[in-house]
Amino acid sequence: MTASSISLPVASPVNRRWSDVFKTGLLGGGVAVYLSLVGIITALAGRFIITGKLSLGQIILLSVYIMFGYLAAQRITGKQGPVSPVMSVLSGALVGLMISLFLVALVLIAPRINLRSMFINASPDLFKVLTLNQPEITTGLLYLLGIGTVMGALAALLYLLPPRPRRAVEMGLLAIPVVSLLDSSLFAGRGLSVTAALVTFVMGMLLAYVWQPARDRITRTVGAMPTQRQRAVSTAAYILLGLVVLALPLLGPYPAEILDTVGLYILMGLGLNIVVGFAGLLDLGYVAFFALGAYTVGVLTSPEIQWLGIHLTWWQALPFAVLVGTLAGIILGVPVLQMRGDYLAIVTLGFGEIIRLVFLSDWLKPYVGGSNGITRIPRALKASETLKLSDQQMLFYVILAGILLAAFIANRLKHSRLGRNWAAMREDEDVAQAMGINLVRTKLLAFATGAGLSALSGAIFASKLTSIYPHSFNLLVSINILAVIIVGGLGSIPGVIIGALVLVGLPELLREFAEYRLLVYGIVLVVMMLKRPEGLLPEARRKLELHDMENAGD
Amino acid sequence: MLLRIDDIQTFYGAIQALKGISFTVNQGEIVTLIGANGAGKTTTLHTISGILHPRHGTITFDGKPIHTIPAHDVVKLGVAQSPEGRRVFGRLTVEENLAMGAFIRNDKDGIKSDLDRAYTLFPRLKERYKQLAGTLSGGEQQMLAMGRALMARPRLLLLDEPSMGLAPILVDLIFDTIIEINKQGTTVLLVEQNALKALSIAHRAYVLETGHIVLSGTGQELLNNPDVMKAYLGME
Repeated sequence: MTASSISLPVASPVNRRWSDVFKTGLLGGGVAVYLSLVGIITALAGRFIITGKLSLGQIILLSVYIMFGYLAAQRITGKQGPVSPVMSVLSGALVGLMISLFLVALVLIAPRINLRSMFINASPDLFKVLTLNQPEITTGLLYLLGIGTVMGALAALLYLLPPRPRRAVEMGLLAIPVVSLLDSSLFAGRGLSVTAALVTFVMGMLLAYVWQPARDRITRTVGAMPTQRQRAVSTAAYILLGLVVLALPLLGPYPAEILDTVGLYILMGLGLNIVVGFAGLLDLGYVAFFALGAYTVGVLTSPEIQWLGIHLTWWQALPFAVLVGTLAGIILGVPVLQMRGDYLAIVTLGFGEIIRLVFLSDWLKPYVGGSNGITRIPRALKASETLKLSDQQMLFYVILAGILLAAFIANRLKHSRLGRNWAAMREDEDVAQAMGINLVRTKLLAFATGAGLSALSGAIFASKLTSIYPHSFNLLVSINILAVIIVGGLGSIPGVIIGALVLVGLPELLREFAEYRLLVYGIVLVVMMLKRPEGLLPEARRKLELHDMENAGD
Repeated sequence: MLLRIDDIQTFYGAIQALKGISFTVNQGEIVTLIGANGAGKTTTLHTISGILHPRHGTITFDGKPIHTIPAHDVVKLGVAQSPEGRRVFGRLTVEENLAMGAFIRNDKDGIKSDLDRAYTLFPRLKERYKQLAGTLSGGEQQMLAMGRALMARPRLLLLDEPSMGLAPILVDLIFDTIIEINKQGTTVLLVEQNALKALSIAHRAYVLETGHIVLSGTGQELLNNPDVMKAYLGME
C-alpha cells in the first residue's frame, strides 16, 4: 500500500476556514441574542454614552459585532498566512450580517410565540432598541442588517491594520465608553457630546500610538544613565507617583469613597496574599478576622456599648483590634495545622461563617448588638474645615497609611528567612519539614500576620461606616478578596493593588451595570484564568516559571 | 553503631505498615533495604526521619532516641532524606533548593563550601543553578534532591528510590555518585527497587516483605541468594 492511497480526503483549507467563519457567525448571533434576552441591552438603553445618539446598551451590542467581525478576519487568515484583504472584509461582513439576522429573527419571531413567559426581557422595549427606535419595523430591521454588515466589515479591516495603529484605534474606541462612564459615575455627567466623543477617540488613539515608543525611549535613556542618576530618576518617579496618590481624594467625596473601598480591599488582599500567596494556605474564612477587627473597635469605642464601661477613641482601640485579630489567627491556626488544601479551605470557610453567626446571635446580643449591630463608632479622622475635606476623603489617608505599612511588612517578610520557609512549605510540606522547617510555627506566623492585617482593615472599615452589622461580613467578602489576589497575581504585592482596582474599583465605577455586575465579574474571571492564569501583575517567580516552561517546551 | 532500629511498628490510621522491624546501620556503611512495592521501605525511611512516628519500638541515632521527636529536629541531629519521587521545590530555583537543604545551618562559609561540593558532584546542577527546579529533567531533579539532602551535611543520608524512572545511563551515574558520597564520609541508608544495583554497591542489605524483614546479609551474599535472585533479580 502506498502512502498516497491511505491519505484521507480532507476539506480544502479554504473551505474549512470559511466554515470556521460561519461558526463564528453562529456563535456571535447566539451571544447577541443571549445578551438581548438577559436584558442587559434594554437595561442600559437609557444610559447614554454619547448624549442622544448612542446608549451603553447599543455599545455592548456594537462590541459584539466588532469582536466577532475581528474573530472572523482572524479565522479566514488561519495559520496558512494572509489571504486577500477582500476575503477578510467579506468574512467580517458575513459574520456581521449573520449576527444581525439572528437579531432580526428574534424581533420577528418573539412577539408571535410569547417568549416572555421564559424571558421576561423579550419585551417591546427590547424590540424598540433592536429596531433602532424606527417607527417602521421593516426600516429598523433593514438598518440593523446594514449596520451589522458594515460593523463586521470594519472590524475585519481593523484586523488587517498593522499592530501599532490597530492598538491605537482599539484604545481610541475603548476610551469613549470608559471616559463617558467615569464622567457619569464620578461627576454625574450625562454622557459625552458628539464632539467630546470624537476628541476622546482621537486623544485615546494618539496616546496609545505614542505610548509604546515613548516608553521604550524612556527605558533606553534611563538605562544608559549612570547608576546614581538612575536612582535619582526612579526616586523622582516614586515621589511623583506618591504625590498623585496623595492628591487622589481631591477628585471629590464620591471618588474618595470608592478609593476607600478599594483601599480596604487592597489592605485585606495584602494580608490574605501572605496566607495564600506566600504560604500556600487556602483560607476562605478571611472575613472572620475583618469582622473581629471591626467589632473590637465597635465594642471598645461606641457609646452604645455599656457593659464594658470603656469608651476609647478609635486610635486607642486600634491596637486592641489588631491584637484580637492576630490572636484569633493563631487560635484558628492550631486546629487546622494538620489540614491541607481543600480540607483547610472548608474548615476556614466554616470558621468565617461561625464568627458572623456568633455576632448575629441573640446570645451575644447584649454585648455586640446582634442583628442591630453597633452604631455610633467614632471616625479615625474627622472632616476637616480648614482642608475642606470630607470624612471619606480624610479616611483615605488613614487607609493609605495602612496599605503602606502592610506592603512594607509583606515585602520584608517575603524576602526574609520566614518568606523562604513559606515558599518551601507551599511547595511541599513534608520535605520542608524534613529540611528542618518547623511547620507549626511557620504556619501560625502566616495565619497570625494575615489575620492581623485583616483586623486592621476591619477596624478602619468600622470607622468608615461608623456602624457595623453582621451581614457586612459574609462569605462573599472572603471570596472577593481571594479573587482580587488571584486576578492580580498570586504572591505579587503590586498585583494585589491592580487586582483590587480592577475587581473592586471598576464595579464601583460601573454602577450602571448594577444587576449585571456579577455576570461581568464572572466573565472577567473566566477570561482571566484562561488568558492570563498568572494574574495581571505576576510575581517575578511565576513569570519565570511560565517562561521556563515555554523554553522547556522548545 | 550509628543507627539502631528496634522492633518498630508504624501505622497509617488503622493500617499497620511496619510489623516490627529491626536493623542497624554502622558508621561509614552503605546499607540497603530492598523489597517490592508496599513492603514498607518508604515508611521505614519516613519513620526514621520523623515524618511518621512509630507506635511501638525505638530508633536510636548516635546513642540518642529519635523516634518521638519531630522531623525538623531529627534533621538537626544529622539525618537528611532525599525523598521518593524527588519532590524538589518546583517553584524555587536550583540554588534556592540547595539553600533550603542547608536550612538548619548558620555557618556561611561551610554552606558555601558544601554548595561547591554539591556542584562538583553534580556539574549539571551548576549549569542550571538559576533555573526553576520544576523545569529540570527527572535525572537532574534526582541530583538536586540528593544535593539538597547533602547540604544539611548529614552524618546519615537516607535515599529513597533514587533510580526510579531514570534512564539506565543516569542510573549508573546516580549509583556512582552514591559510592562517591559514601567515600567522602557520609553513611548511606538506601531504599531501592532496583535490587541488582543496590545490592552491588551495598555493604549490607535487608529484604523487606509486607512490613517484616525476611532476609539480611552482605550485599554479595544476597546477590547470590537463590530466593533473592528469583524474587528480586528476575533470575531462575
